[in-house]
Amino acid sequence: MSKKIHVFFWLILFGNSIYSQNTISGKITCQEPISFSGIHIHIGQKISSSDATGNYSINNLPNGATKIFISHLGYQSIDTVIDLKSSLKIDFKLKLNTTKLHEVVIQQKNNNSTKSVAEQQIKLATIEKYSNQTLGDVLKEVAGISSLKTGNTVVKPIINGLYGSRVPVINNNVKLEDQQWGTEHAPNFDVNAASKITVIKGASGLQYGGDAIGGLVIIEPLSVKKDTLFGKTILNYDSNGKGGSVSSSIHKGNDLGWSWNALTTLKYMGDKQAADYALSNTGNREANFSGDIKYTAKKYNATAFYSYYKSIIGILSASHTGNVNDLYQSINNKLPSVINNFTYNIKNPKQDVEHQIAKFNFNYYFNESAFVSFQYAFQFNKRLEYDVRRGDYKNTAALDLDLKTHSLNIDFKKSGHDWNFKSGLSAAMQNNYANPATGIRPLIPNYDKIDFGAYGIASYNFSDSFSVDGGLRYDFSKIDATKYYQKSRWDERGFNEKFSKFIVGDFGTQWLTKPSFTFHNISASAGFHKKLENSWDIFTNLSFASRNPNPSEFFSDGLHHSTGVIELGDLDLDKEQSTKLSVTLQKKFNQFSFEINPYINHIQDYIFLKPVGFETTIRGAFPVWEYQQTNARLLGIDVQTHWNINNYWQHSFSLAYVNGKDRSKNEPLIDMPPLNLNNKIRFSKKEWNQLILELKSEIVLQQNQYPDNNFYTNIIKDNEFESVLVDISTPPPAYHLLHFYSEMKFNTFKNTNTTVAFSIQNIFNVSYRDYLNRQRFFADEIGRSFQIQLKFNY
Amino acid sequence: MKTIQKSKQFKFYALALVAALTFSSCSNDDDNPAPPVNEEELITTVTAIYTPVGGGTAVTLQYKDLDGEGANPPVITVSSPFEKNKTYNGAVTFKNELANPAEDITPEILEEGVDHQLFYQTTGTLNPFTYGTASSNFDKNGKPIGLQSVFATTGAASGKLTITLRHTPNKSGANVSAGDITNAAGSTDAEVSFSISVQ
Repeated sequence: MSKKIHVFFWLILFGNSIYSQNTISGKITCQEPISFSGIHIHIGQKISSSDATGNYSINNLPNGATKIFISHLGYQSIDTVIDLKSSLKIDFKLKLNTTKLHEVVIQQKNNNSTKSVAEQQIKLATIEKYSNQTLGDVLKEVAGISSLKTGNTVVKPIINGLYGSRVPVINNNVKLEDQQWGTEHAPNFDVNAASKITVIKGASGLQYGGDAIGGLVIIEPLSVKKDTLFGKTILNYDSNGKGGSVSSSIHKGNDLGWSWNALTTLKYMGDKQAADYALSNTGNREANFSGDIKYTAKKYNATAFYSYYKSIIGILSASHTGNVNDLYQSINNKLPSVINNFTYNIKNPKQDVEHQIAKFNFNYYFNESAFVSFQYAFQFNKRLEYDVRRGDYKNTAALDLDLKTHSLNIDFKKSGHDWNFKSGLSAAMQNNYANPATGIRPLIPNYDKIDFGAYGIASYNFSDSFSVDGGLRYDFSKIDATKYYQKSRWDERGFNEKFSKFIVGDFGTQWLTKPSFTFHNISASAGFHKKLENSWDIFTNLSFASRNPNPSEFFSDGLHHSTGVIELGDLDLDKEQSTKLSVTLQKKFNQFSFEINPYINHIQDYIFLKPVGFETTIRGAFPVWEYQQTNARLLGIDVQTHWNINNYWQHSFSLAYVNGKDRSKNEPLIDMPPLNLNNKIRFSKKEWNQLILELKSEIVLQQNQYPDNNFYTNIIKDNEFESVLVDISTPPPAYHLLHFYSEMKFNTFKNTNTTVAFSIQNIFNVSYRDYLNRQRFFADEIGRSFQIQLKFNY
Repeated sequence: MKTIQKSKQFKFYALALVAALTFSSCSNDDDNPAPPVNEEELITTVTAIYTPVGGGTAVTLQYKDLDGEGANPPVITVSSPFEKNKTYNGAVTFKNELANPAEDITPEILEEGVDHQLFYQTTGTLNPFTYGTASSNFDKNGKPIGLQSVFATTGAASGKLTITLRHTPNKSGANVSAGDITNAAGSTDAEVSFSISVQ
């Protein structure tokens, strides 16, 4: 709903003669008593301001279409074009702004983090379709984003080939600190809490951090500025898993004074079903709550926010293997070793994660062009991982980590007519506690980490069609850990040469060590955005980022039960440094638009896990993977097109390709997403209850660029030891999936809009495996699923 | 206006600095660090003792890996060769010798009999190992646990014996109860191999 602009014209004609130099003058009035000096007036190319009583005058204005723009903090801007033929006297009456109080920087159309990179946004309507799924699933709507999965519920986004610590998730302005180091740790976030998701592919979002080598996922919750009360309830049912979710939220907005939001989501799913068999022990549960209260005044606002996320995820029973022989059997049998009847029961192995965020924000507006924001956030992440254990330990978690993070951010933003400046400071303190009551040596040790950052970003519009931006950031980081190393492992890793200074105690077969590392990092970003004639836009950005090794990369030491692999970290790792050049070309025709984004990313000291051999333990031989560093080069291209065929039909297409190379060894990088293509055709007819029908085709090709990490093991066949190849490297074949979506809106109850959506995922129940799913050695991906969604807006 | 802005800015940056200093001053000084985790479920030692029926020297096979998943290789010992034309009754025990005192895990395996099964695989010219028939060798569903085995030797032979302890196997799978590991599934808690000979 838009408010009308009230303008009162008082025209006095000065004869019929046409002067090429005209004057526009008049008086600005307002119902409230305000100070009139400082009201910004732009007429044509000229800028002026009014005097203390509201009078203004601008001379030397040429004839022709003349833009008039008047703005003042707290009031609706006046934005109009007049055809100037002679001098005019125009009076304006300012009306109180109740919707745009927070659109402080008026010239900017959207609050982009950077102007030289085309950001991708996912709107609420699309997010709601994924109400019953995960954040990683929603993000696949953006070209260039794939997902790294462990089963179907643990989904991490991969941006242009990079994932994990390289892709921080910013939820409601808080960097999510939720133990993202493992491939089987998904972001702890309720999809229903997002009303807008912005993806920045690359490190240019410097205000959030300097280590986003892959990119940033910025999630914003719903925040209402009008004086209204409304709510939404979404009910989902999914036939694959025979379960669903309910999510309800209420929002009370206000222009000034108090406003609040509250959201709850509950999810309950049983075992998922692949095309031909049940995926035993893949159910999941989720319970989330978030709420905030805000007080808005003319010059400032303050918000307090709290959210709680709890998720219990069953891990496919068949993926819980023992040693190399078990892995070989799984890979060769093509069928999961455990297939039970469908159940809602979740038994071990499973994950039980809880994440809480408490946040306080205070924003102060100096005037319409400058504000400062102060934020304190506390996050508490509790992760329990349960394994199949024996005896008294049956119900004790195998991993019990408590991660507490305090963060403080101060950001300052000021904009002028043609420029924008942001700067800020951030500080964070983090503590990780690994509970020894598990009876298993913890995968991640106890540690304390401190981070400080300072940044400055500026952008300048040289003209309406050319703008430049640049940013610089400094980060300090210090990590202090306490870890026991078995002496045999300490020697095998060769740590004594460089790190014997960390040893502080001798416990017989183990050393007590206190490794400590300090990092100083600089990140930078620079680029430009040029609008060419005929609706061409070109964005170019060069960014430089550094990422410190995370605790898993430094300190991993032992068998990772969920993958059946011994993972070894390295205290000797250096930070990763990435230089990325990204160019985006956009073109809009009348009915058709496209966007092409080629990029190249050089990452020095890229850290990754590499198979290096085996170790024999009493449980048999286990593959050993080690964290190593190399110089990597990622080259890729993302393409998106959109075609409005006619009033009813639309088509969109997206393609993403990335080629990753280990330059030191001249071989391909492991786990690079293969080429994927998506085609979507949509039919919509407002007259038929806002009917929408969509058919989507998803094609994922076979990845032919992969390193050969296969190895041989001995199994007993016909009374002889036979050497067999364990093929963990060959990616699975290409696949093609078809999905259908439909929705209609009804007005069933008073004041309630009801939307009914029916969709089918994987219409033909295709059986397939995905290269980026860790469980591809054990089972297929999920088969067909029918989903019904009821959405009530009231 | 500008001066007010500047002083407000200054105030905020000063606040940030104070906050930052506060954070850095609270550090966790571990003067008494927690002791290392006591891994009680670990199996460090598998011992199989084969006693010949009618007297003679018992043969002890032992597999010891005292650093768990650590880098040191295991220590495998075979006390002596088996004798020809004899029937040996074997009993396997599992211990955690890193615990102090050393813990015998075998009773736990018996208690959770339904969830455990041992398999004996041979290569070369060795005769097969079969399950002992005593009722204590079977779980409450009548399916074998397999801690007891029988090895009947005939002529000279040699090869490898691999003893595998499976956790939550599918005991109803084809031939699994006969001692065939092929369809057993479950996860491997121990898998040890010995080079033995019959002389």
